[in-house]
Amino acid sequence: MEEAARRVISVIVINEASVLSRITDLFSGRGYNITSLTVAPIPESRYSRLTIVTSGSVRVMEQITKQLHKLIPVLKVIEHADLVEKEMALVKFPITENLSDISALCSAYNGNIVNVSEEVIIAMVADEPKRVDYFLAAVKRFHPKEIVRSGAVALER
Amino acid sequence: MQISGAQMVIEALIAENVDTIFGYPGGAIMNVYDEIYKQNSFKHILARHEQAAVHAAEGYAKASGKVGVAMITSGPGFTNAVTGLADAYMDSVPMVVISGQVPMSLIGTDAFQEIDAVGISRSCTKHNYLVTDAADLARILKEAFYIARTGRPGPVHVDIPKDVTAQIATFDYSKPVELETYKPNVNGNVRQIKKAMEAIAEAKRPLFYLGGGIINANAGEEIRKLVQMTGIPAVETLMARGTLRFDDPLLISMLGMHGSYAANMAMSETDLVIGLGARFDDRVTGKLSEFAKNAKVIHVDIDPASISKLVNADFPIVGDLKNVATSMIEIAKTTVDKERYIPWLETVANFNRLHPLSYKEDTVELKPQWVIQRVGELLGDDANISTDVGQHQMWTAQFYPFSRPRQWITSGGLGTMGFGFPAAMGVKVADPSRVSINFTGDGSILMNVQELMTTVEYKLPVINIILNNNYLGMVRQWQTLFYNKRHSSTDLSVQPDFVKLAEAFGGIGYRVSTKEEFDAALKDAVEKNVVAFIDVKVHRLENVMPMVPSGGSLFNMMLEYKEK
Repeated sequence: MEEAARRVISVIVINEASVLSRITDLFSGRGYNITSLTVAPIPESRYSRLTIVTSGSVRVMEQITKQLHKLIPVLKVIEHADLVEKEMALVKFPITENLSDISALCSAYNGNIVNVSEEVIIAMVADEPKRVDYFLAAVKRFHPKEIVRSGAVALER
Repeated sequence: MQISGAQMVIEALIAENVDTIFGYPGGAIMNVYDEIYKQNSFKHILARHEQAAVHAAEGYAKASGKVGVAMITSGPGFTNAVTGLADAYMDSVPMVVISGQVPMSLIGTDAFQEIDAVGISRSCTKHNYLVTDAADLARILKEAFYIARTGRPGPVHVDIPKDVTAQIATFDYSKPVELETYKPNVNGNVRQIKKAMEAIAEAKRPLFYLGGGIINANAGEEIRKLVQMTGIPAVETLMARGTLRFDDPLLISMLGMHGSYAANMAMSETDLVIGLGARFDDRVTGKLSEFAKNAKVIHVDIDPASISKLVNADFPIVGDLKNVATSMIEIAKTTVDKERYIPWLETVANFNRLHPLSYKEDTVELKPQWVIQRVGELLGDDANISTDVGQHQMWTAQFYPFSRPRQWITSGGLGTMGFGFPAAMGVKVADPSRVSINFTGDGSILMNVQELMTTVEYKLPVINIILNNNYLGMVRQWQTLFYNKRHSSTDLSVQPDFVKLAEAFGGIGYRVSTKEEFDAALKDAVEKNVVAFIDVKVHRLENVMPMVPSGGSLFNMMLEYKEK
């Protein structure tokens, strides 16, 4: 068996009721992985764009693409090869942690402190998914209370 | 035109030239049934179970090539119909199933007979719709019929809340279907077709691998011509039976788990598989890594997702088989030399001589295979043949002399017991001039036996031939072969009196155990032209042979089983 590699695909769909479940049902029904999935309407159109991070061999990817195409409301499936990919993460720290250290770390990962309240600091970074991993590893020592990742979005170069 | 949603359903069915629908009423679909009562344009056949209504629509669609239509209510009406939807999905049967739903204001409240119908049907339909505004109904129903019959055909489910069927709105069915995201590719790529034909001209041992897509594409005639003019031998899948005439010298037989020795050996020895509308199902290929190991593969299919799904295609061609086969015939006129394949035909003939499809007659008991062959001798082309699922189905596929596409109606992909009787009823509606036979087993017939009532009421004389071995025969066979004869829950010694059962519904019943009795019963049933059960007592422990054990290589067939 060929090795399952990480792949990013974008799917353009008609923005109508239950279109998202058609996509996710297809993945679960046929045993494909979803690592992350983001979806939002494409401005000034009747379409939405999904970015799906998945993994599989070349053959599995070919099937995923074809099966997605087969769904009636799917307009286009883009299997990314040469892409720009970004993901956002929000991290909540206790106010007792060192604000300037966190801030310095954030700016190294294209982010900044976005909120400071009486009890917590919230930081935001937006970078390549792999670099978001590094960031999250690096901030472990500041005892993050909560982490949320957006899932990746991508555009072909 | 300002009309109610329920009236729109009727108008749409009329516009689609529907002559018969199969259904079962209930609360949420009552507005539509009220309009059915008022019209005379099409017939409604009241099945006695929603599953049967959908199978009947499938039988109708498979026999006629038209879109089958079934109508059911919400909740249990819908869930009963799901098996039929799944069956149609697996076998690519064009069908529109319309279900009632609770009113929009009640959706999501766990209302009486509410179930998330589109949520359930999503994974077993080609497409589905929940209609939320009667103004959308014309468009949606038109799309539903269009999607069901185009591309790779399949079932489309339309769920309509009760208040939508009461709502008055504008109805205009004249607008053409506009689906910018759905455009099936019907013409194969010309360059690919040329390359494939070059490969055929260069091959030494090419083999046509004919699938059910040929039947769906109404391409039988073209395929017959293509096979005949190239002189290349052919094997058929279960779904393709009838594509070539049974006596066509180039037809080897069915291949697969219960395929003939020659068909499976030919597939193992070929150097070029010419797959036409077949999908390399696991029951056909056996162990994938050993399947047609030395062969290049041409694969023509309307569904791109079927190509290179399981077996890599060297020459993938996406298109409608009628078109592609026509192009192939044109090219073959100048490129293919029949003489070239004569040595290969001799090899195939040798396979056939070595182990032809056969069975041993018994002096005391009837063999099920004999019954099937006998019906073939007596009725042949004058009958349409449906089956249920199990041993009797495989024997029918092996031994009935099929002579044309759409003569053979079976549940292949899903393997649904209980399919046969209602399907044979739909077949009779579609093709009333021919005898509608349902070969069934003593297990299968009891799933949907209630259709005795429907067939008697509407005078749809289906002849059910029960090959009765007092077993769930196919499971029993596996238990004998692979579970050391532990016949767990497969002994059906306790049975109804099938003769009385048929009579209780107003049909006619026969119990036979000899050849003479069988001939007399079949003759009588055909002459009387009534719904019949012919309960044929057959040899209890007969096995379907050859058999490729699940997951085994196609060339490793069990040819017979000796009782130890």
